[in-house]
Amino acid sequence: MQPSEIGSTKVDDMRLAARIRVGDQSAMSELYDRYAKVVYAVALRILQNAEAAEDLLQDVFLQLWRNPDSFDASRGSMAAWLAVISRNRAIDRLRQRRPETDIEDCVVACAHDLAEETEQNLIVEKVRQVLAEMNPDYRNLLELAFFQGLTHNDIAEKTGQPLGTVKTRIRAGLQQLRARFAG
Amino acid sequence: MKTHEQFADDLALYALGELSGAEQRHLEQHIADCAACRRELQMLRGDLGLLALSSSGPQPPARSKQRLMRSIAAEPRNRFQPAQTRQRSLWATLIPAFAALALLLLAAALLLNRSDLQNQLAAVRTQNRDLSDQLDRLNEEVRLLSAPDAVHVSLTPQNAPRHPTGTAIFSPSQKRLMFMASNFLPVPAGKAYELWIIPAAGAPMPAGMFKPDQHGNAMIMGGKLPQGVTAKAFAITMENESGSDKPTSPILLVGTVG
Repeated sequence: MQPSEIGSTKVDDMRLAARIRVGDQSAMSELYDRYAKVVYAVALRILQNAEAAEDLLQDVFLQLWRNPDSFDASRGSMAAWLAVISRNRAIDRLRQRRPETDIEDCVVACAHDLAEETEQNLIVEKVRQVLAEMNPDYRNLLELAFFQGLTHNDIAEKTGQPLGTVKTRIRAGLQQLRARFAG
Repeated sequence: MKTHEQFADDLALYALGELSGAEQRHLEQHIADCAACRRELQMLRGDLGLLALSSSGPQPPARSKQRLMRSIAAEPRNRFQPAQTRQRSLWATLIPAFAALALLLLAAALLLNRSDLQNQLAAVRTQNRDLSDQLDRLNEEVRLLSAPDAVHVSLTPQNAPRHPTGTAIFSPSQKRLMFMASNFLPVPAGKAYELWIIPAAGAPMPAGMFKPDQHGNAMIMGGKLPQGVTAKAFAITMENESGSDKPTSPILLVGTVG
């Protein structure tokens, strides 16, 4: 992608990230307004507890404030990055372990514009539709691995599927999501 | 040692934060050297991002933003805190203050611009890295296709005699052409095979010369379709090795388009 083709939302996210780097608190306020709902929804779905979800929301945004270089706007959308970071942090809390992934190590390739709530709602609807049409076995495995944070060993035990099948189906489910979303 | 393909399923588990110990170490070592797996990992994380976005729920409580902004205010990262000054006359205080403010604004603007530029630079670097990875892959393919020891194996029905075959691949939109030959007989000294484009209208047009290697294989790469020409067929003749503008010997092979 040429620089001139970088979407306006990505440029906006870049500018917000640049302002956060120089300590502009109003940029954090704008970022929060734009993406807090995404982070909170992921945290609430995984932790199933409003207070814990709110704590995680604080934690994710404070981490970004403390370490603004962790997000590289050129390599993915802020919304997808925050959603993945939130999921990982929430699973860490479920498993009561310390964070396993440095946020700066997490590069998320996602080309969709998600800065506005209407865009976010459209994406939510589309992802849900794709998931509803997905092979139920794959969908169930993704739910167990992604939102419930079960290890593949746990999943194999719980579903009675061989470990190798679980691994392959998780990957296939994600690729199916990608393909159907692009289609 | 795992092969590249065997790492594929582990990539999804790694993106989920599922790998640990030796499995994680081995995958990280592989990712460090494998651009394709790095890219796939980013794509898988993008998929996970989409999956995460299937969550929706209420807005966070209003107090949450106030709480965050208070926490942020308690941890200022402003790199341009003005220094405390002693009491002076109004002008003695204001002039340096205005100057400092101007410098501060200038510095902030420059820094902001610099950050923007850094982001743009990072974007260009990423694109450059991706292009470089693609180029590496393409170069590997081209090296394979054009290697002197590359062996071309044509699959035919069992016990069928081996006939010379040629495959022309072209793109009307890109105006590019390549040709692969198999099972060709050696040419006499001073002679070579010549590929012809047979246009829908007009005389055959030369499209490249080749001599088969010891296995009877040859390849023409980087060929071009002339502007405005619609190829109806391709043909091979044997010509003087210096090439000819028009066929001077019988057509040995011909293939029609479509």
